[in-house]
Amino acid sequence: MYKIIRDEKLTDNIYLMEIEAPRVAKNCLPGQFIILRSHSKGERIPLTICDYSKERGTVTIVFQIVGAGTEFLANLKAGDSVQDFVGPLGRPSELTDMPLSELKNKKILFVAGGVGTAPVYPQVKWLNERGVMADVIVGSKTKDLLIMEDMMKEVAGGLYITTDDGSYGDHGMVTNSIQKLVDSGKKYDVCIAIGPMIMMKFVCKLTKELDMPTVVSLNPIMVDGTGMCGACRVTVDGEVKFACVDGPEFDGHKVDFDQAMKRQQLYKTNEGRAFLKAKEGDTHHGGCGNCGGDQ
Amino acid sequence: MDVLNRVPVREQEPKTRAKNFDEVCLGYNIDEAVEESKRCIGCKNAKCIEGCPVAINIPEFIGHLKEGNVKEAFDVISESSSLPAVCGRVCPQESQCEGKCIRGIKGDPISIGKLERFTADWAKQNGVKPQPPKERIDKKVAVIGSGPAGLTCAGDLAKLGYKVTIFEALHEPGGVLVYGIPEFRLPKEDIVKKEIENVLSLGVELELNSIVGKSVKIDDLFEEGFEAVFIGSGAGLPKFMGIPGEQANGVFSANEYLTRSNLMKAFDENSTTPIMRGQKVAVVGGGNVAMDAARTALRLGAETHIIYRRSEEELPARVEEVHHAKEEGVIFDLLTNPVEILTTDEGWVKGIRCVKMELGEPDASGRRRPQPIEGSEFDIEADTVIMSLGTSPNPLISSTTSGLDTNKWGCIVADEEMGLTSKEGVFAGGDAVTGAATVILAMGAGKAAAKGIHEYLQGKDK
Ligand SMILES: Cc1cc2nc3c(=O)[nH]c(=O)nc-3n(C[C@H](O)[C@H](O)[C@H](O)COP(=O)(O)OP(=O)(O)OC[C@H]3O[C@@H](n4cnc5c(N)ncnc54)[C@H](O)[C@@H]3O)c2cc1C
Ligand SMILES: Cc1cc2nc3c(=O)[nH]c(=O)nc-3n(C[C@H](O)[C@H](O)[C@H](O)COP(=O)(O)OP(=O)(O)OC[C@H]3O[C@@H](n4cnc5c(N)ncnc54)[C@H](O)[C@@H]3O)c2cc1C
Ligand code: SF4
Ligand code: FES
Repeated sequence: MYKIIRDEKLTDNIYLMEIEAPRVAKNCLPGQFIILRSHSKGERIPLTICDYSKERGTVTIVFQIVGAGTEFLANLKAGDSVQDFVGPLGRPSELTDMPLSELKNKKILFVAGGVGTAPVYPQVKWLNERGVMADVIVGSKTKDLLIMEDMMKEVAGGLYITTDDGSYGDHGMVTNSIQKLVDSGKKYDVCIAIGPMIMMKFVCKLTKELDMPTVVSLNPIMVDGTGMCGACRVTVDGEVKFACVDGPEFDGHKVDFDQAMKRQQLYKTNEGRAFLKAKEGDTHHGGCGNCGGDQ
Repeated sequence: MDVLNRVPVREQEPKTRAKNFDEVCLGYNIDEAVEESKRCIGCKNAKCIEGCPVAINIPEFIGHLKEGNVKEAFDVISESSSLPAVCGRVCPQESQCEGKCIRGIKGDPISIGKLERFTADWAKQNGVKPQPPKERIDKKVAVIGSGPAGLTCAGDLAKLGYKVTIFEALHEPGGVLVYGIPEFRLPKEDIVKKEIENVLSLGVELELNSIVGKSVKIDDLFEEGFEAVFIGSGAGLPKFMGIPGEQANGVFSANEYLTRSNLMKAFDENSTTPIMRGQKVAVVGGGNVAMDAARTALRLGAETHIIYRRSEEELPARVEEVHHAKEEGVIFDLLTNPVEILTTDEGWVKGIRCVKMELGEPDASGRRRPQPIEGSEFDIEADTVIMSLGTSPNPLISSTTSGLDTNKWGCIVADEEMGLTSKEGVFAGGDAVTGAATVILAMGAGKAAAKGIHEYLQGKDK
């Protein structure tokens, strides 16, 4: 069992938790993720590491309620425990591999969308601790869904917030903000975009035109997270890769987003869920978060 | 008594079992076991022992059964095997002990597997357990992976008195025994769990959710005070064919399909894990894994096909599994090979395009090489395709451990006799070394490595 040390509700449906997991905290780096199971009959839920403290032996995660698994998790409180917590999984961000001297000369732009702000944070913080100030664009549907603004402000170089409805910061999509920064004369050696698949797809489309190398972090459906099942396969540069061992970060200009988006539907979108409800027959007993089958 | 024919074993009716996940084979009762055991001649120079990878003294344990002394029979088996209830169910006996049995020359070989199973089940029901060691050795050994290789190695070392900790990546111990082989062939609660409890009752510690290479590295383990490490991390990543349409929704690896069903218990109403319950399922491959996936899909209500590129004779699965699959209604499309997976515009599977095959000259494996018949393409309707084509090694451990050699396929190199690898204090065995093989070979390797580790640690003291 892994104890929840702290829990915080960030917005209506996004939660933060700090969890005791010394082995993970000791060995993790920005860019990696964990898989947890809330209880002994629960799903294996992959979540990106949002922060960690090697001293306290804790790992922080931020998650959005999208289905039964995340909903159950959100109801847990500090002092409760989760059944399983395994990691760190996947490869760390490439930035953590670079010699510091090289890193110091890099102009880095992060683009975060929605709950993707959480996985961007540890990378920006890690760079900040090494004296590298990166610019960060955070996109949110609306003001109320914006998360981690203060935390991000503390570690980012420039922080540019934009909302789809204009209720806070700039008005528009993150791609507008990228264009604006570039138009104002900013130059970046690398862009790291993390958010919904559709956002990453459009960011990559733009940065390709701008000739800006771009890294994305993919979140396909996973089961084991250790390379055993192949559920997480994505096509990158025409080759099949397993996101849990080869990723989750990939060269965004080489990812087949259309395919990845279709695959993610399998257990996710309304259509996928409806389809599954029909296909799974009575093995569909909730879990889609939609049908109420678990109540 | 009919000495030429084996005592038949009771099974669930095919029609009934095709709709449930309860065990297919019901096993012998004591009367049937005694009767079958009496067919054994008790050969002096017993061929069956040669066929057994862990050399169980078969005529001796069967001899005890003849007298109805099941406890004694269990003790004999326990000397050589720590997972007899599992092996009695899943070993390919027809090509091992039973394949060599003298009785098999004229008539049926002795049902050694069923007798082993009976003995182990009896011991479980009667609370007979392996004995923990009297003396402890103050040395720590780390075992990576809790499949048959790891469990056997851990059990043997614990019996010698070592302090053993198993590190397991998943949230449950057992390896393929829990996430791969289905409930209807190997019951999890009554059999696998109990066998694991037996190993743990010897004082073995278990650290779940620990991925060696990620959560902790092998070199860290030595720093933590472990003096030897055994790697039994299994076969690795599932292979795909590389044909068009393979990334469509509805195409799964057998590993994913079986893990959802077995480990996450998707077939059980209380589980929240979804699984595709197709109308028409095509399983590509002909091994045990393919049979298990097909029979699982069938039980979830689908019309199920096995697509295999060679003929029935070459099917690598256990004969019993093929026989059971047929009885239950799995359709075999043999000498058939997929060339493309057909998809809808939305990216879901709608069929599978295949080509007919014929057998040509024998290849390196001695099996006749299948080759496509030109112009023979045809389509099979399907909404789910399960790929069961074998595995390739997982680089997680080898890539994070300095000085650990792998061969050109990426398998860890270890010698057969002692499990020695190229790195001092590190031993390996099972599927991680051989590629996907069998439970009993993995156990044999775990056993050999336990011996190797014992010798190594004794040598270190001098
Ligand atoms: C590497 C990785 C990192 C992630 N990081 C975060 C994060 O930091 N914060 C966050 O809020 N979410 C993150 N996600 C997505 C998160 O894992 C899913 O939202 C979650 O699994 C949904 O679980 P559920 O049971 O509530 O949803 P349900 O919709 O009920 O789940 C049903 C099934 O679909 C699977 N599933 C559904 N959505 C996803 C998805 N997007 N990715 C993978 N599997 C999915 C689940 O495993 C489950 O089997 C990440 C996913 C991956 C793969
Ligand atoms: C569906 C299926 C059916 C089969 N049917 C039969 C059969 O009928 N008869 C037969 O004899 N054989 C059968 N086999 C093959 C047999 O199960 C395997 O050969 C055997 O389990 C191999 O044992 P192992 O201990 O080497 O590996 P595994 O059983 O694969 O166990 C390896 C364990 O190590 C863990 N692990 C992996 N990497 C790490 C890491 N980095 N850190 C920590 N832990 C790790 C894994 O999670 C796993 O629990 C079947 C296999 C499958 C998949
Ligand atoms: S070879 Fe057959 S008959 Fe002879 S001892 Fe072994 S099981 Fe008995
Ligand atoms: S999640 Fe199973 S292989 Fe990646």
